[in-house]
Amino acid sequence: MNTITIGGKAGHGVKAAAKLSAKIFSDIGYYIFILNDYPSVISGDHNYSKITFDKKEIHSYYNDSDFLIALDERTLKEHKSEIKKDGVVLFDKNSFESNEKNHFGIPAGNIVKESEGISIMRNTALLGAFMYVAGIDFCVLEKILKKTYPSNAKINIEIAKKGYLYAKDNFKQKLKTKKIGKPKKFLCGNMSLSDGALNAGLETYIAYPMTPATSILHYLAGKNNVKTIQPENEISVITMALGSSYAGSKTMIGTSGGGFALMTESISFAGISEIPLVIVESQRAGPSTGIPTYTGQSDLNFTLNPGHGEFPLVVIAPGSPEQAFFNGSEALQIAWKYQLPVIVLLDKHLSDSSKTFEIDKKRIKKINPKLSKGGKNYLRYKFTKDGISPITFPGKKDTVVKVTSYEHLENGITTENKKDIKKMFDKRFEKIKNFEKEMNNLETFKVYGKGKNVIVTWGSSLGAVLEAVKEIKDVKVIQPIYLKPFPHKSIKKYLKKAKNIVCVEGNATAQLADLIKLNTGIEIKNKILKYDSREFEPIELRKELKRWFK
Amino acid sequence: MNLDTNAKITWCPGCGDFGILNAFKGAVKELIDEGIKKENIVIASGIGCHAKIVDYVNVNSFYSLHGRTIPPLTGMKLANKNLKLIGFSGDGDCLDEGISHLIHAAKRNIDITIILHNNNVFALTVGQATATSPKGFKGKSTPKGSIEEPLNPIKLVLVSGATFVARGYAGNPNHLKKIIKKAVKHKGFSFVEVLQPCVIFNNSYQKLSKTVYDMNKKGHNINDMNLAMKKSEEFNGKIPIGIFYKIKKQTFDEHY
Ligand SMILES: Cc1ncc(C[n+]2csc(CCOP(=O)(O)OP(=O)(O)O)c2C)c(N)n1
Ligand code: SF4
Ligand SMILES: [Mg+2]
Repeated sequence: MNTITIGGKAGHGVKAAAKLSAKIFSDIGYYIFILNDYPSVISGDHNYSKITFDKKEIHSYYNDSDFLIALDERTLKEHKSEIKKDGVVLFDKNSFESNEKNHFGIPAGNIVKESEGISIMRNTALLGAFMYVAGIDFCVLEKILKKTYPSNAKINIEIAKKGYLYAKDNFKQKLKTKKIGKPKKFLCGNMSLSDGALNAGLETYIAYPMTPATSILHYLAGKNNVKTIQPENEISVITMALGSSYAGSKTMIGTSGGGFALMTESISFAGISEIPLVIVESQRAGPSTGIPTYTGQSDLNFTLNPGHGEFPLVVIAPGSPEQAFFNGSEALQIAWKYQLPVIVLLDKHLSDSSKTFEIDKKRIKKINPKLSKGGKNYLRYKFTKDGISPITFPGKKDTVVKVTSYEHLENGITTENKKDIKKMFDKRFEKIKNFEKEMNNLETFKVYGKGKNVIVTWGSSLGAVLEAVKEIKDVKVIQPIYLKPFPHKSIKKYLKKAKNIVCVEGNATAQLADLIKLNTGIEIKNKILKYDSREFEPIELRKELKRWFK
Repeated sequence: MNLDTNAKITWCPGCGDFGILNAFKGAVKELIDEGIKKENIVIASGIGCHAKIVDYVNVNSFYSLHGRTIPPLTGMKLANKNLKLIGFSGDGDCLDEGISHLIHAAKRNIDITIILHNNNVFALTVGQATATSPKGFKGKSTPKGSIEEPLNPIKLVLVSGATFVARGYAGNPNHLKKIIKKAVKHKGFSFVEVLQPCVIFNNSYQKLSKTVYDMNKKGHNINDMNLAMKKSEEFNGKIPIGIFYKIKKQTFDEHY
């Protein structure tokens, strides 16, 4: 397993270079993981990415690097301590000087000038040099550049080749990296979740820009098979979405904590009016505006209780881009079958980090909605055994479809009669009882490994935990994926048998541990909590875990 | 055709909302006779006395939250372009709580109709000043009189980009019916302000019946923005009702 760190100023194309280098390794059959770290600044400040690659699946980035590609001097300063013993630094020697051992200077600035390129292409020259030092066939990069920059391929290839040849003439090769398998695919959580929703028939996506959810809007806006809308604010987003769903369009919305806060009145509206809706909440760190481009898991309690009044609700928290695909697909279908709001809880680390995985198409679930043909006697809120009133949409002959935010009768007209009120409440909660049965067919939690000791974790923290336990014996990892309703019976069964339990999560108040206590009565005393807005790192986490599991 | 539901009407006897209800039902009947399919009509409302209207008309309806009459209609239009979408909003609903949606819907020229029940008061919450209450308005929250200048809804939607702007009077349902029909048939964002007396908190029947006049009878040029802006300022002595402004423009939904 190796890690490359690429860094430079915002605007230097660090993210793009990271993606290219991940593609290099993916194309020759490696598994990769990319972490992007960037402050909330458009140009100038320090950005970096870490690309870890391995022959086996990896679930997290690693901090310590075998290669550091520095587009500016600050990158070297910030990341010097992370370079492994024989690690190599590749840097633009037209930008700064360094004469230390294994620091390889490439005249990237001059190469770009010579080829009449633009300054952002310095990273192409460095990547070219990297190809030589990492011992990878130059053709691999050439092919990728052709695909990535169809109109600028020639100049990019020329620049990369010059970097490659410069390295060949001046440096020692550090690795010999052979093709080990078929090209692999990698994707970030936001895109994978979007693909999952599209797979389940997503038709409309509505959002107001807010990091780290924004890239869902960008990704879907580029597709032809889904409508995307960017309204004036998040209140408009969610109420527009409710109108869209009411008119029969499978609709999803996305935001981060602040936008989600603005939506809460309407989430409760979706609950009482039984309008299907998927809401993606990608957490950023901290309360309020917080730390916009960094990660955290502190909105769990908020998303579990996001509205006034009582109404059925589903909250799902995938822990990897792969799970995001399945959960995205399930979320849309559950929302439409049970006619309720479904929240998919992500965070910056999951939304933005990419990982190699394959989708096993056989695992995609089909959950059918209960549709009605309508007709003269149609009742939008008809009482049924399972609480689900067959749904239809405006536009059907002889059919009147009335939905409302007020408590209502079967026909959707306001009521204040106490008997009717209770009956309608019971009907709505009957749906969730039925959904709890359906949960038996879904992957509502996942258990990894074997052992008497147990780590519980959720969301993106799963990745670092899975890497950390690779060198810890006698431990299993339990990840609840469905957080509401909570798969309490199964989780309780596992926890009761555990010798020692540690909860790992990205918040200050151990919200998952509280949820487990509430649902199982089991109190988890040992907690590893991180709330410095950065994601867990496997080696550091392993050290902490070993304190608990001696 | 019977457009009534079995809901009990709970407006105060004499409320201006009755005039709007009757005008609207009349308009719907005629629109259906003229070929609009009943199943394609959807009405929406916010929360307030005005909003109860959706319970009283037997067509598809979306009884939304306070201030949120407009965005759901936009969502519906993009989901199904065949739908004829009409929103009923109050002055509190439309110009206080949900004013951003009004401005943006007008700016987008989304093909929907908004009917503003302007009674210059928060009626359902028993009588506070709204964005359209006149300066000096004595309500429960402004016992010494409101200190704010009122907002001019016609002017607001004109500058925001609405492509059909009109005013009706709840005390003249026949005229209002004709205006509503034209607004619904208009392709683009149409806005109808209805001067609506509230017999409890702002009984303006007497005053309005004497002062409103049909501006379209006197040959007002409805394609002239400057003229429309000027007309929107006429309040003293005579209040114009009818169509202020109408133009053709590509609609938001046509881009989808
Ligand atoms: C978010 C929210 N805030 C406040 C209210 C309380 N509320 C109900 S109706 C209303 C005012 C309605 O005024 P207007 O829209 O002018 O309608 P009218 O009753 O005058 O017809 C208010 C403030 C509410 N339902 N929701
Ligand atoms: S309070 Fe005013 S607006 Fe409300 S029903 Fe009575 S008269 Fe109508
Ligand atoms: Mg009012």
